[in-house]
Amino acid sequence: MTVATLPKAPTEDKRWRIVEAAMRRQGFDSHALIESLHSVQQAFGFIDTHAMAYVAKALRVPLAKVYGVVTFYHFFTLKPQGKHNCIVCLGTACYIKGSGDLLRAVEEKYHIKEGETTADGELSLLVARCIGACGLAPATVVDGEVFGKPTHEMLMKRIQSKLEGTEAK
Amino acid sequence: MTPEELQSIALKKHEENGKFKHCLHVCVGSGCCSSQADQVLKNLTDGVKKGGVDKDVRVIGVGCMGLCANGPMVSVDDNQPLYQHIKPTDAPTILNALDKAPPDEMVCDTDQPFFKRQMQVVRENSGRVDPEDISDCIAHGAYASLAKALTTMSPGDVIQEVTKSGLRGRGGAGYPTGLKWSTVAKASGPDGRGQKYVVCNGDEGDPGAFMDRSVMEGDPHRVLEGMCIAGYAVGASKGIVYVRAEYPLAVKRLNKAINQAVRNEILGRNILGTNFNFDLEIRLGAGAFVCGEETALIASIEGNRGTPRPRPPYPANSGLFDCPTLINNVETFANIPPIIARGSSWFANIGTEKSKGTKIFALTGKVKNTGLIEVPMGITLREIIYDIGGGIPDGKAFKAVQTGGPSGGCLTEKELDIPVDYESLAKAGSIMGSGGMIVMDETSNMVDVARFFMEFCMSESCGKCIPCRVGTCQMHALLDKIYNRKATPGDLALLRELCDMVKATSLCGLGQTAPNPVLSTLKHFENEYLERIQTSGATNAHGPSAHNGHEVNA
Repeated sequence: MTVATLPKAPTEDKRWRIVEAAMRRQGFDSHALIESLHSVQQAFGFIDTHAMAYVAKALRVPLAKVYGVVTFYHFFTLKPQGKHNCIVCLGTACYIKGSGDLLRAVEEKYHIKEGETTADGELSLLVARCIGACGLAPATVVDGEVFGKPTHEMLMKRIQSKLEGTEAK
Repeated sequence: MTPEELQSIALKKHEENGKFKHCLHVCVGSGCCSSQADQVLKNLTDGVKKGGVDKDVRVIGVGCMGLCANGPMVSVDDNQPLYQHIKPTDAPTILNALDKAPPDEMVCDTDQPFFKRQMQVVRENSGRVDPEDISDCIAHGAYASLAKALTTMSPGDVIQEVTKSGLRGRGGAGYPTGLKWSTVAKASGPDGRGQKYVVCNGDEGDPGAFMDRSVMEGDPHRVLEGMCIAGYAVGASKGIVYVRAEYPLAVKRLNKAINQAVRNEILGRNILGTNFNFDLEIRLGAGAFVCGEETALIASIEGNRGTPRPRPPYPANSGLFDCPTLINNVETFANIPPIIARGSSWFANIGTEKSKGTKIFALTGKVKNTGLIEVPMGITLREIIYDIGGGIPDGKAFKAVQTGGPSGGCLTEKELDIPVDYESLAKAGSIMGSGGMIVMDETSNMVDVARFFMEFCMSESCGKCIPCRVGTCQMHALLDKIYNRKATPGDLALLRELCDMVKATSLCGLGQTAPNPVLSTLKHFENEYLERIQTSGATNAHGPSAHNGHEVNA
């Protein structure tokens, strides 16, 4: 496909250039759908309908297929994530060592379920199938930093300090 | 690059490395990095520079050393000594102790069975080489097997060597690798162009297993080399490494390794001065356990929803883009270079009659030494758990060990003395699996464990075939009911019936094996199920254990 027929990006946002570059690298091949979606997810943090329509047009695949792929894979999200996030690992080793209880404690304290974001958009609670830090079980990740073997109190304190912007370690 | 040039790189790097008096290896695998190992590496590097000893002391980041529970680990020279639980602030202490006696409290005893009972084949260079420096890897023997295969062996010879070694697929099913290779070698493409693919399955989705990640992070060139040799043997010119997007460090290291290999003309056209061409690229998974199934993996690489399709045709005949495709697991490919280098008979001497070589396990759960271990096939579970693993912590009693993840089963005290090989584990009601090994003590409830795995299979079911999509959901609801003491004896009978049905009629491995954790816990711990059923009615729906269960609408 030539550049002339490339659809216009949904907005003026410069991040669309990253997405376009990723699609160009794969020659706008329809097989590169997942790669392209990865670039959207990485650039924007989520994939909304505008992004899906854009990718669908650029790669010449039906929008329905793009939607099907986005919703099939856990890695892609349709909604923006909270400013901060807490991931609780639910791998077997972590589950055996009590990560299920940790998860429920966070759910209760912040009144959200796994996969949800608080109403004020501050905190997203996510679960992972295994982050591979089984030696640190039960493992959690708060704002990208792995936090191993926390007690309930330690985890709450860490989350709260992130929310309040104070780095108490 | 020619094989001679490869050798001269190795010699030159060896000489360079030899000039240093000491070499500090800092584990920068994912596990240690999450305990600030990257900061340890930085502080050591800075400390060496500041102390003006950067001509004498070399500091490198290396792959996983295995004992993840005691990380971050730092090894001085060849584990003399090996430091454990290192904090970034410990850097000066380590540097000061270089030519003196090391501080005892930081030293990890390398004479303990955890290290002594292991046998490193796949992981021999992990923890020793700098995975981000191709010349360091070449100095430790990387690509020497590729050179040997390309210059002294025919593709047929390579396949014969792999067949004779007795290597079997490390992804879990244990299909003979040589047989798979020869099928792909014999297959011809759909259009006679002869395009074939080699795919490396790095979609390690088992919760509680991280062997492949550590191999990709710690010694990525070994995986690339294995794939290259496979490409030469089966006549493929393209390779794809399918890695989980959840492993950013592995992706980064593999990318770097591929770029370095291309720049050094080890990948691409006319590899090592021969007329063999091989290109490699990385495809990211996007978080779907079912993509570990080979036909689903192919669908995912093609940009589709990762749903499996019925076999035959097998990927060996019609796989990626309908071309013959060789799919092997990361660990399988990583076994190839040593087999070519040291010969099939050396490899066949390790292990048992039908299971050769070594296997890496991720030993986790209620065991003292959690981490990665590589052991010869045929070792007993007791040796793994009590000698290497150091037994159960906190004075608790051993209850069961789970192998094979959501497709596997539990083994109890009675089965601890069976040898670890494909057949024995299957006979005992579990499977080898990809290498997850989770130890449980007396506090673990087996109904809860079964429910945990079923919840996993339920949410990871791709939804294509009904037995798996609906069956896992119903089984999970029944397990939840039993766990919460709301079930009747009829529910248990229904659960058993569903297990048989889902096992027999599902399309792919995910559904076919999903009932295994239930069946094996039912076999060994039926009393825990019965106990919750017989007392049901005695406690009402809001009884003491009700808060433990998620509400399920099925």
